[in-house]
Amino acid sequence: MVPLSYYVILSAIVFITGVVGVLIRRNIIIILLSIELMLNATNINFVAFSSYFQNVAGQVFVFFALTVAAAEVAVGLAIIIALYRSKTTINVDEFQLLKW
Amino acid sequence: MATFVFFYFAGVIVLTSLLVVALRKPIYSALSLLIMFFHVAGLYVTLRAEFLAAVQIIVYAGAILVLYLFVVMLLNVKREERYHPQFPIGALLGLTILTEVLLLAYHRSGVDEPSPLSHTARTVPNGQAVATNVAPAAGNTETIGEVLYSTYLFPFEVASLILLVAMIGAIILAKRDLFEQREG
Repeated sequence: MVPLSYYVILSAIVFITGVVGVLIRRNIIIILLSIELMLNATNINFVAFSSYFQNVAGQVFVFFALTVAAAEVAVGLAIIIALYRSKTTINVDEFQLLKW
Repeated sequence: MATFVFFYFAGVIVLTSLLVVALRKPIYSALSLLIMFFHVAGLYVTLRAEFLAAVQIIVYAGAILVLYLFVVMLLNVKREERYHPQFPIGALLGLTILTEVLLLAYHRSGVDEPSPLSHTARTVPNGQAVATNVAPAAGNTETIGEVLYSTYLFPFEVASLILLVAMIGAIILAKRDLFEQREG
């Protein structure tokens, strides 16, 4: 049986990769993909703990996280299309209207 | 054997998630994310969450990623020449947090690691079940369905509301002349 801490470490590595991706990329599509990485990292944690405690509540929560991810992708991609229409670029540095 | 399978899945997951962040063409990033989703589904199978593995492939790989690829094709973005100027700060921050987490995990591993509950350990001495939603076999689709539609019925309804709002929001955001008609 694989120790639970291995799953936690794997999840931490994937999550931090997602955080770094949000920070260092300028393409807004890649930023959304990095958010997907973070959501998947939390899901790995949920399923690992659910399996180790023999309790399906964790798996039900992965189900809800999946719902939120689907909603986030639909709205996020619609925003990207609207942004591209207004400026014909999806580089995040070009969108600084709200920057002080 | 189980450890070997875990290390195969974990290695591929870490590698492809690094590639998602590092590759410069969005299409390659999306495709490596696809490989990562499949391996996460494999990891779910080894954790006896077969239903979630199927849902992971159907929803993530089948729907969400196709949506990403669709937008990548639609916008026809060029490859990114260089990373964000705050790349050193981001990388430093990531390395710092990663070191911290690994040190913490190394320090704590084996101290009070929750051992996987055996079948006999789940009943208290007087024979009653410990919790109501403890499954006889976690990962069973039937068990998830029963828990989802009884204990988590209200969150389930809220989730359907979230999906409805997202659907309306996506249509309103992406439609070109929804508000322009009213002005002209």
